[in-house]
This record gives sequence, C-alpha cells and structure tokens, in this order.
Amino acid sequence: MDDIASNGMVTAYDAASDRLKAGPRGAKPRRRLSRRNIIVYGTLIVVSLYYLLPLYVMIVTSLKGMPEIRVGNIFAPPLEITFEPWVKAWAEACTGLNCDGLSRGFWNSVRITVPSVIISIAVASVNGYALANWRFKGADLFFTILIVGAFIPYQVMIYPIVIVLREMGVYGTLTGLVIVHTIFGMPILTLLFRNYFAGLPEELFKAARVDGAGFWTIYFRIMLPMSLPIFVVAMILQVTGIWNDFLFGVVFTRPEYYPMTVQLNNIVNSVQGVKEYNVNMAATILTGLVPLTVYFVSGRLFVRGIAAGAVKG
Amino acid sequence: MTGQTRGSVRPNQWLRNLNAKIASIPMILTAVVIFVGGTAWTVVYSFTNSKLLPRLAFVGLDQYERLWAAPRWLISIQNLAVYGFFSLVFSLVIGFVLAALMDQKIRFENTFRTIMLYPFALSFIVTGLVWQWLLNPQYGIQSIVRSLGWTSFAFDPLYNSDIVIYGILIAALWQGTGLVMCLMLAGLRGIDEDIWKAARVDGIPMWKTYMLIIIPMMRGVFITTLVIIASGIVKVYDLVVAQTSGGPGIASEVPAKYVYDYMFLAQNLGQGFAASTMMLVTVAIIIVPWAYLEFGGGRKRG
Amino acid sequence: MKLRSLAGALAATVALPLGAANATDLEVTHWWTSGGEAAAVAELAKAFDATGNKWVDGAIAGSGGTARPIMISRITGGDPMGATQFNHGRQAQELVEAGLMRDLTDLATRENWKEIVKPASLLESCTIEGKIYCAPVNIHSWQWLWLSNAAFEKAGVPVPKNWDEFVAAAPALEKAGIIPLALGGQPWQAAGAFDVLIVAIAGKDVFEQVFAKKDEEVAAGPEIAKVFKAADDARKMSKGSNVQDWNQATNLVITGKAAGQIMGDWAQGEFQLAGQKAGTDYTCLPGLGVNEVISTGGDAFYFPLLEDEEKSKAQEALASTLLKPETQVAFNLKKGSLPVRGDVDLATANDCMKKGLEILAKGNVIQGTDQLLSPDSQKQKEDLFSEFFANPSMTPEDAQKRFAEIIAAAD
Repeated sequence: MDDIASNGMVTAYDAASDRLKAGPRGAKPRRRLSRRNIIVYGTLIVVSLYYLLPLYVMIVTSLKGMPEIRVGNIFAPPLEITFEPWVKAWAEACTGLNCDGLSRGFWNSVRITVPSVIISIAVASVNGYALANWRFKGADLFFTILIVGAFIPYQVMIYPIVIVLREMGVYGTLTGLVIVHTIFGMPILTLLFRNYFAGLPEELFKAARVDGAGFWTIYFRIMLPMSLPIFVVAMILQVTGIWNDFLFGVVFTRPEYYPMTVQLNNIVNSVQGVKEYNVNMAATILTGLVPLTVYFVSGRLFVRGIAAGAVKG
Repeated sequence: MTGQTRGSVRPNQWLRNLNAKIASIPMILTAVVIFVGGTAWTVVYSFTNSKLLPRLAFVGLDQYERLWAAPRWLISIQNLAVYGFFSLVFSLVIGFVLAALMDQKIRFENTFRTIMLYPFALSFIVTGLVWQWLLNPQYGIQSIVRSLGWTSFAFDPLYNSDIVIYGILIAALWQGTGLVMCLMLAGLRGIDEDIWKAARVDGIPMWKTYMLIIIPMMRGVFITTLVIIASGIVKVYDLVVAQTSGGPGIASEVPAKYVYDYMFLAQNLGQGFAASTMMLVTVAIIIVPWAYLEFGGGRKRG
Repeated sequence: MKLRSLAGALAATVALPLGAANATDLEVTHWWTSGGEAAAVAELAKAFDATGNKWVDGAIAGSGGTARPIMISRITGGDPMGATQFNHGRQAQELVEAGLMRDLTDLATRENWKEIVKPASLLESCTIEGKIYCAPVNIHSWQWLWLSNAAFEKAGVPVPKNWDEFVAAAPALEKAGIIPLALGGQPWQAAGAFDVLIVAIAGKDVFEQVFAKKDEEVAAGPEIAKVFKAADDARKMSKGSNVQDWNQATNLVITGKAAGQIMGDWAQGEFQLAGQKAGTDYTCLPGLGVNEVISTGGDAFYFPLLEDEEKSKAQEALASTLLKPETQVAFNLKKGSLPVRGDVDLATANDCMKKGLEILAKGNVIQGTDQLLSPDSQKQKEDLFSEFFANPSMTPEDAQKRFAEIIAAAD
C-alpha cells in the first residue's frame, strides 16, 4: 500500500478537521428574538409536536393497567401509574415456554448488530469511494445492478440466499447473517457514499494525488475525516435496519442466535389471546432505545464544515 | 476527474486502480451472484408452477395471465402509484424544509434531530398499531375532536376504502421523514462555506440561494434520497399489514404484500415470483436508462 | 453442517455404551404464543421431558406469514429443527414429497394410531401415499356462532336459536345501537365465515361437492346462490365493526357492543378469560343452529428427517407422547380444542365443548377447507371474500361468479 503523504497534505487535512469542529453555519448572525427566529423555532416546535404525539400515546399507554386501557381514551394520562408492563416486557413476557421477556435476545441483538453494522459500512464506503474517485471499466455496470437490486423485495431473495449460504457452508451461523446484512445494506449505502464523495470538493482529492497519496491513504486520511455526517447517516440506517430486523435474524440463524426482535414479534404479534397493549408499547420503546441512543450520541458528529477553503488557502 | 482521464496523465494507473478493483470485489460478487443470479433464478421459476418448493415444471405464461386477471393485483398497483407519488413529493419537500430549518445555527439541534428521527427507530408493527389507534374513529383523533364540540367531524381514513391509502401515507411520513431530513442535513453540511459567503456578499436572498445554488449542488444527496425513498415505496409491506392488513377488503393492498402472501401464505411460489418479476421489470425499465445517464456515459463525478 | 452431523454421529457412538437414557435436546418450532396456547404447549413439553429428553422451545408468533418461511428455510437449508407444527392438511405435502420429512408409519402401526385417532380423516390428512408423516394433536372446528345474551336483552329480542332468527333480529339490534355481527378485517375471517355459511345454509353434501369434488356447476348453482344471499345479509349486519383481529371482534361480543360473531371454537377461550359463562352470559350455536356439523381441522406435528440417531429416537418419543391419552387431555383442556382420540374423558369440559364432543361422537363431521383445498385456492378465496364483505357495491352474483372460477381452477 502506498502510504506517502507529503507535508503539504498533512496541513490540508489538519485544516479540514479544524473546520469540522467549527460547528454549523447560518446565513447571517442574528438577534435572539428576531422574526426569523420565531418562525424557525415555531415551525420546529409545531413539527416536533406532530412527531411526539404518537410517542406520548405510547408512553401513556405503557404506564396504564389493562382495565384502564379497555375503558379509557388513548390520550388520557394514566390514573394509576404502573411500571409492571415495562418489567413484564423486559423480563417476564413469554415466548412460548421461555418467560424472560426481551432480555433473552438483547445480547444476541448486540452480537448481530455490531459486526454487521461495521462490516457493511466499511465495505460500502470503500465501494462508494472507489466508484466516485477511482472509476474502473465496468464499475458503473455493477453499480447500476446494485441500485436496481435495492428495489427487490427481499422476501423474494430468501430462497436463493438459503441456497448460496448452504453452498458456502455458513447457513445457520452468525457469519452467514452478517454476510446477508452486508449484502442487503450494500446498494443504498454504496449509493450514499458514492454520491457524497463525488460531491466533495475535487481540489482536495487532486492535491492529495499530486502529493503522491494512494488509494487507501486518501480514503483514510482525507475522505474519512471529511465525511462524518454521511457516516452518521449510514450508521443510523444500518443500526436501525439491523437492530429491527426480524426476518433475516430468524430465517438465516438458529434459535441460540435469535435477536430481540423475535421476542418483540412474539409479544406484539401474538394473534391469539388478549392483546396487552401496555406491554406491547413498553416492549417497543425498550427495543427502540438502542437505536435512539445511537442517534443521540452520534448526532454530535453532525457538525458542519467541509474545508474546500483549506486547499485553496 | 475520473480514473480514465487521470490514467492518461499517470502511466502507473493500472497498479493504482488495482487497489480500487480489489476493494470492489465484495460489490462485484454481490451484484453478480446475489442480484443478477438471484433475480435470474426468480425469473426462471416464475415460469413454473412451483408451489411450496421451487420445482422446474414449466407452465409458460400461466402465472402472468393469472396475475393480470387478479383484481387484487390491479388494485395493488393503483395503490402503489398513489402512495408512491405523494410519499415521494411530501418526503422530499418536508425533509428538505426541516433540514434547512435545522441548518440555521439553531440551539438544541441534537434534541430536535432526535425528535424527528426517533420514529425511524420503532418497528413498523407498532408504528402501524399506534396509528391504527390514532386514526380509529371510536377512540382516536376523531373522537377527541368530536368531544371538543365539533360533532360532525369525520376523520376515519383507515375504514374508508376510498381514502385508506392516505391513512397509511400519514403513518409512513411520520416514520420516514426524519431520515430524509438527516440525509438532507448531511448534504447541506457538505456544502462549501464560501458559497454562502459569496451569496451573502452578492446580496442574493436566502430562498434564492437555496433554490438556485444549494439544491443543484446537492444533486448527489437528492439522488440518494430519491432512491432510498423510492425503494422503500416499492417494498412497502409491514406498515400496511400492521395498519389495515390490506383492508377494508382489498382496498389498501400493495404489490410487495401480494408477492409475500402468495409466496408464503398461499404457497404458490410461481405466482409470487411472477408478481415480483413484474415489479422488477417495471423498476428496471425506469431505472436502467436513468442510471446509465446518471452514472455511466462518461459523465463527470456526481 | 457436515461437521455438526459428524459430531452428532460421534456423540451417538460414545453415548450408546452408556445406555440410551441420555437426555437429547429436541428443538420444536410452533406458533403458539398467546397465554392459553403457551400453557398448552407447556403441557406437551412437560410430557416430553418426562420421557428423559429435553424440549427446546422455538416459538415464533404469527402463524402462516411469519413462521412458515422460517420453518421451510430451515428444512430446505439443511439445518432442520427436531419437530415442527403445521396445520395438517396440504401445507407440508411438498416437503414430504421432497423426502425431507420423516416417515412415522412404523411407530403409528406399533401404537395403533389407526384405531385410536378419531375421526379417521385426521390421520388421512397425515397420510401421503400410504405412509404417515405427522402426529395430529387436536381438533379445531370453525362452525360456531357466538352470541351475547346481554346484547339481545338490551335490544328486547330473545336470543336467537338459529341463523334465520339472528338475521330477523338485526333491525332491533341496530336500533339499540348494537352491531349485529362482529367481523374482523383480516381476510381469513371473512373467508372462514363464508365456509361456515355454506355448511349451515346449503348443508354438508353441497359443501363436499364444492370443496372436495371441486364441482364448479354446484359452485355456480342455486344452492350456493342462497349462501351468497345469506352472506349478503351478513355483510350488512357486520357494517361498523371497525376492528382487525378476530379477538378484538370477539371482545365486541363480550362487551355487548356487538351481538354475535361467526368464529371457530378458539373464540371460547376469550369468553372464559373474560369470566363469562356459557349459557348465561353467552350462547354458542354449532353449525349456526341450522346444520349441526363441525369441521375437523387442527394442528399436527411434522418431523424433519434427521441424520442424528439420538435425535431421531427423541422424535419418535415425542410423536408417541403427543398421542398419549394423558397428554391429549392436559393439552386440549388448556388449548380449548377437542382431543384427537375418542377414548379420553373430558369431564371438565364446559357446555360448548360438550356440544362439540357430542356432534363429534355422532359423526357429523366434515373435513376443513384447509385439508380439502390447496393454500393457494384458500388465499384466492380470502381475497374474494375480504373484498366482498368490505365492498357493498359488489353484488352477490358477481362474487359467486368469481367463486365458481376459483373452484374450477382449484386442484
């Protein structure tokens, strides 16, 4: 691998990362209670209410007992707050004979999600980078196939994939599942990275090339640090998709690897018997907590700052 | 510039491009083995009468004739067209406007972003359930408005065949616009600081800067978003199942649900594959020429 | 996988000299996940564990659409479970034909299943080309009309004794603000209700001509036209039941918001859970009170062909356990279904279950449509009837025409 980076380059991307920390930019600096501020914050708050209304209903419902849910209206706050549905969803709800709630599959979900997210993003970002900056003959053809592939309902692919995994000898293993997630994440993620890298100021890439940097050097030292927002978006997509995946998790593995969504499905989707809405809601919120935490924590990487100026100046 | 142009300048491009080629092996394998191979496999079996297991007993175009004679398939396609159009338009507009607002150097950006994004973290099953409640005339929004005194207020999209697809749209937008906003925001943050400075110096009003300068520069992000939204639309399944099971009657059926139901509930793989082949052919007809113009044909990056 | 089976074979050779009493883990997949169902499965697991083996539970909620692709992928992917639930009938036929399932004929002959399983049609559904491939565990019947006594009292009309009286009572019920007939929005409920109407209105013979013989003339004929007339009534009566799940619809009946529901015997569990008593709080009319005939669909366990000898032995132990009288009683009381053997005593059964047992004893049984039709035809029927029941502008004549087409194309 060609790992040559001249001094000039180092300054270029140091400046780039300085700019990254500079934070968002607006049109103009402005006073606190200007009309524009009121419009901006007003709109955001109203929109937030629309997004939060269902969450409110979910939380309120998850804190009620079943008798209250049967008679009461869905918007009313609970008369008697109970945390039993939460305890039940986490530790007691039964999946067939196993009555230990969502906790049963939690670590499995982690074991599935972490490698799948890392590998799928790594593979796709390199793809996107190669497509945007190092196009070789035929690359566009493969890429077009991938994009069309994004539109295939994946249930249709279950049988061919079972055959492929069986032939590879990884059917029913964690490796097989990671491969499946990487495959199905690839079209959208590759597109995401390709278009983002292609939209970056070209001067940076050119300068690095002039300095003699190669494929991997440019990827790790220039592209990666400049692309944090898009990595966050990719992570949001993958963490959510893989954490919430149910179908692949059960179709391509065995019960000892079943993710948390199997329990969630069994809690929420039981077609017979009384529906325990409060437990359903608690279970959903609990399952959603991991992606939510990822959103919130990684959101800090959403700072602005592409440093085209760093090269010019 | 692209590899080819660069190559004319640099004689050792083959060696360097070798890295790009090696790095692309997973992509090439996926494209060829899974997507081309899997699709070809599916298309071949759509000409058979495979039931529960794939079997090579060819029946010609029987599955396709039956497909196009099924009222449910025709309704599914209509629904997808309506749902797809509105979903695309609203997602893009709402997503961009929200992203532009978020980009105004606001405080609590992280909080607002998480609020808009959290629905994306929740499973479709429960999204469907909650919206089924909110839109239920007996105890949802309609009953609340009526209890406030407007007794003739009617809002029951999920129980009215004519508008049920819009009821699903409301839930879909709630679930998905946050992600579109994030994509757009990432795009906005990828734009050169100097562009804004220059526009400000020239005294161009902000909305004009967005319309005439920023949006054209965000072409790549818009295309990505478009593909994400569109592929989500074509594949829409869980949300419909959770909210209406395709009802009332078959009024909110969608193609992906037809495929799934016939593959696994009806155990008629041939029929399911025929339906998915039709979906795929339609997508390919639209996408391949566009993709060729967009990605191939020697166009410059982006 | 090769490694795994090799390891299994090794384990088997090592285990043999030590005696066969070693516990073998057997993974069993099924879709019984609600409270009552899980309690019923626990009885099976208890009985199986008592044989010295171990039941490893693989429950997946959501019957057909969710569980089936998983089961089929596991079996065809070469990593099968030890045993799996299917609705017996035609769902697993192809897996059997592909040689993926285990032949239980030896065990069945040894334990005389042909004598003990009643009605005989249950075992016939498990039989393919003379060999037995599944162990039936229970009987569920569809042909029940559940009525809320309170709703009729409120409307000031007596509780009907048959379908016609029920239809006649509809205007009074509507006037009292009660939905006459609760019907959930999921497609299978509408199709099931229609099958029930066929037996009740047109009788057992017509039912068999249509579904067993696939006679399209009959399907397009005047007898079935009468049934569509009744279905038209049912459609009008079910207007306003804005629910999806069958148990939500049952709940409308339990709370008296709706007067009746056509639903299988599994609805009974809901009434029991709500503390209602058959006869005083609710009334059940088998065969809609017209033709007292019940269908004998139900659940069965299939056993994928395994290479591991220990596991194969455990499979046999499980199959045998499932049909033991004690297991049958314990399981079916919890599940609310009827046992598959005629020689067990269900003294603790409630009134409605007893009615069912009587009809069963009299032999007034038909095969369920799951056994007679392919899942494909069943799904087409579901599409038709969910559209018919939701769309008042679809005439009974048009619907009958499409119905006859489906029957004509059925295999």
